[in-house]
Amino acid sequence: MTTSVAAGRPNQDRQGENPRLQLLEKSLKKFHYQQDALIEVLHIAQETFGHLDEEILDYVSLRLRLPPSWVFGVATFYNFFSLDPQGDHVCVVCMGTACYVKGAGEIVARIEQAFSMKAGETTPDGKLTLMAARCLGNCSLAPMLTLDGEVLGKQTPEATLAAIQEKMRLVQARQEDTK
Amino acid sequence: MNPAELHSLAEQERQRQKEQALRLFLCYSTPCLSAGADKVKSALEALIAERRKSGEVDLELVATGCMGPCSRGPLLRILSPEGGERMFEKLTPETACDILRRHWADEPPPVEPLAVDLPFFSRQTRIVLDNSGWIDPEKIEQSIARGAYGALAYVLREMNPEEVCNTIKSSGLRGRGGGGYPTGVKWELVRKSPAERKFVVANGDEGDPGAYMDRTIMESDPHRVLEGMAIAGYATGAEQGYIYVRGEYPLAAARLSRAIKDAERKGLLGSRILESNFNFRIDLRVGAGAFVCGEETALMTSIMGRRGQPVPRPPYPAQSGLWGYPTLINNVETFANVAPILKNGAEWFSGFGTEKSKGTKVFALCGEVVNSGLIEVHMGIRLREIVFDIGGGLPDGGAFKAAQTGGPSGGCIPAAHLDTPVDYESLKELGSMMGSGGLIVMNQGSCMPDVAKFFMEFCQDESCGKCVPCRVGTVEMHEILTRITNGAAVLEDLEMLEDLCRLVQESSLCGLGMTAPNPVLNTLEYFRDEYLAHIRDRRCPAEVCRLDKVPLLKLPEHARELAIFLKEKC
Ligand SMILES: Cc1cc2nc3c(=O)[nH]c(=O)nc-3n(C[C@H](O)[C@H](O)[C@H](O)COP(=O)(O)O)c2cc1C
Ligand code: SF4
Ligand code: FES
Ligand code: FES
Repeated sequence: MTTSVAAGRPNQDRQGENPRLQLLEKSLKKFHYQQDALIEVLHIAQETFGHLDEEILDYVSLRLRLPPSWVFGVATFYNFFSLDPQGDHVCVVCMGTACYVKGAGEIVARIEQAFSMKAGETTPDGKLTLMAARCLGNCSLAPMLTLDGEVLGKQTPEATLAAIQEKMRLVQARQEDTK
Repeated sequence: MNPAELHSLAEQERQRQKEQALRLFLCYSTPCLSAGADKVKSALEALIAERRKSGEVDLELVATGCMGPCSRGPLLRILSPEGGERMFEKLTPETACDILRRHWADEPPPVEPLAVDLPFFSRQTRIVLDNSGWIDPEKIEQSIARGAYGALAYVLREMNPEEVCNTIKSSGLRGRGGGGYPTGVKWELVRKSPAERKFVVANGDEGDPGAYMDRTIMESDPHRVLEGMAIAGYATGAEQGYIYVRGEYPLAAARLSRAIKDAERKGLLGSRILESNFNFRIDLRVGAGAFVCGEETALMTSIMGRRGQPVPRPPYPAQSGLWGYPTLINNVETFANVAPILKNGAEWFSGFGTEKSKGTKVFALCGEVVNSGLIEVHMGIRLREIVFDIGGGLPDGGAFKAAQTGGPSGGCIPAAHLDTPVDYESLKELGSMMGSGGLIVMNQGSCMPDVAKFFMEFCQDESCGKCVPCRVGTVEMHEILTRITNGAAVLEDLEMLEDLCRLVQESSLCGLGMTAPNPVLNTLEYFRDEYLAHIRDRRCPAEVCRLDKVPLLKLPEHARELAIFLKEKC
């Protein structure tokens, strides 16, 4: 354990400045600064911050004493980790076999068309992120998708578009209320 | 806890359950949850609480794992102490409460219950899913009441590791993760590897699209998996286990981690298990979304916190796995078979199934079928029985076209082979695979070249990029399949596609690349006319593809000859 304390020293100042990194520090400590725990740490970091930006990756590499390229390599290898911030709403359409056979491709195409975007992107106004996933394990409800984490089964393109617009409308209404 | 205490805890819980006037089982696994099971649960709970206030009701609402017919969820099963059982489907909070109220009032229910002799249930053989749908996976007592950890207690007291390996060997159990390698042989290899440390790993990555068996097993009966791993640890001499769960399965991870804690607290995992000399710890690892991490060598690198890229075998994990120590890797469903085998004996288990494929297999039956959901059938059952009896056939009178098994490493089985027995060998003969157990039924609305393209796109995306044949080959094959499906292909392309398939099959490093061409070769064999219709007639028989591109280049005859000449000479 002594080595990890030493390794952390040059970074102590930065941590003081940034409360987000303090949070991360806690989970690093939980894993005893073990290099094997890199993926676990990145999971927690992403959960806390929404995405993994350069600063976070840098910090993790310093604290676990791994080369930055190593940490970056792991973060980009796994689909789960996102280096870009996500939109206000996140729609993940399952493109697994069962969903595809039942017409998930059409749903993606219609959303892409309606919001002039491609799967994997966020709209320029940051309102919607559209992603395609590989089987979310709800195949009996195919075609299915998740919208802000909520599972919607047996979808049609119309129903999905309506659900997205409803979500956006609700948020807008709430914002106007608070004004 | 010692074995006697385990036994009395089981008795106690069984007695408690018997004393309930009514037991309600509400399916609380992911598909039913997303169909609204949580709302049904709170409504029922409110109703029960209200009734409790006004008088005594001794009834219990159990939030269980998957009951099977997931597309009919949310599902509620009512069990009276005399053994009367009724099951209701597609519930809303209102109907659920109504059913319960009328039950109290001795009135007939407002909706018809599911027929008890539904072939969906009666044609199944449930070994792995025995407890699924009957216990609350978050209450260890309920698992124990149904016999959990009994086999572990027996093994620790009565058997030595060699005997355990021999029992698994003679049961004929084969790996359920896809390849079908004999499990007992693998255990024996690890047992015999000399080392001061060994590991046991449960593969719960389940990357195959259209498959969710492992998810359901982990969510519905986590203790069964843990018990299997602990027995494996005893049999191979390992003291540490890892269970690797896919990142997309947060509920499975949560229930497993709860189960691990509960088992540790009761002395069923950890040190000196059941007051024996055996120590075994299990840690949970959550994946981060990479299909290739299901491959065993990649999975181990991922557990060690690195990029999940496969490494060449040998050495096999049994000799050198995690941190260089001998490691036993089995699929989650494989582990779930272990406890029943040791409890009932190898002979009992080998009584199910065919000569070379013993026991049962869990399938996720999906796609164009009336009853989609999770089923467990004995090996060797005809595909026709699965699709038409258990699955209830195709909805809206659709005609069966093919059943896709084995995910991206498998293939499509056409209608002509509906009477094939479902076992490892027969499926392989048809150019498909058992795989982990996704079974997707397709009707005439599916276009086979398009399906092949779909799988190739999957493999292209998921290729880890380490070796060239797979990284470049899948892209090239996808390119050709795209040309075929958008009308820009010429006949020569088909030839090139087949060549590429063989090349990638033979020269890739890991199973992903080696099997990536399977869906293409298999659909080419059974549905070649569809490929030809796209290329020659520029027509998609299933009316899926938009053939709006024109072939760019038609090789002139002399160029074609040159190509053949080059292929022969080089
Ligand atoms: C690309 C690829 C993906 C795989 N995915 C899985 C998987 O998701 N789950 C699994 O249990 N086995 C998977 N396997 C098979 C494993 O490598 C390994 O053979 C298996 O876990 C062994 O367990 P078993 O003997 O119990 O089948 C995959 C193999 C390959 C090549
Ligand atoms: S065959 Fe594909 S997935 Fe396997 S090691 Fe090679 S590039 Fe990676
Ligand atoms: S294929 Fe979409 S959830 Fe499995
Ligand atoms: S999840 Fe409820 S029946 Fe499968």
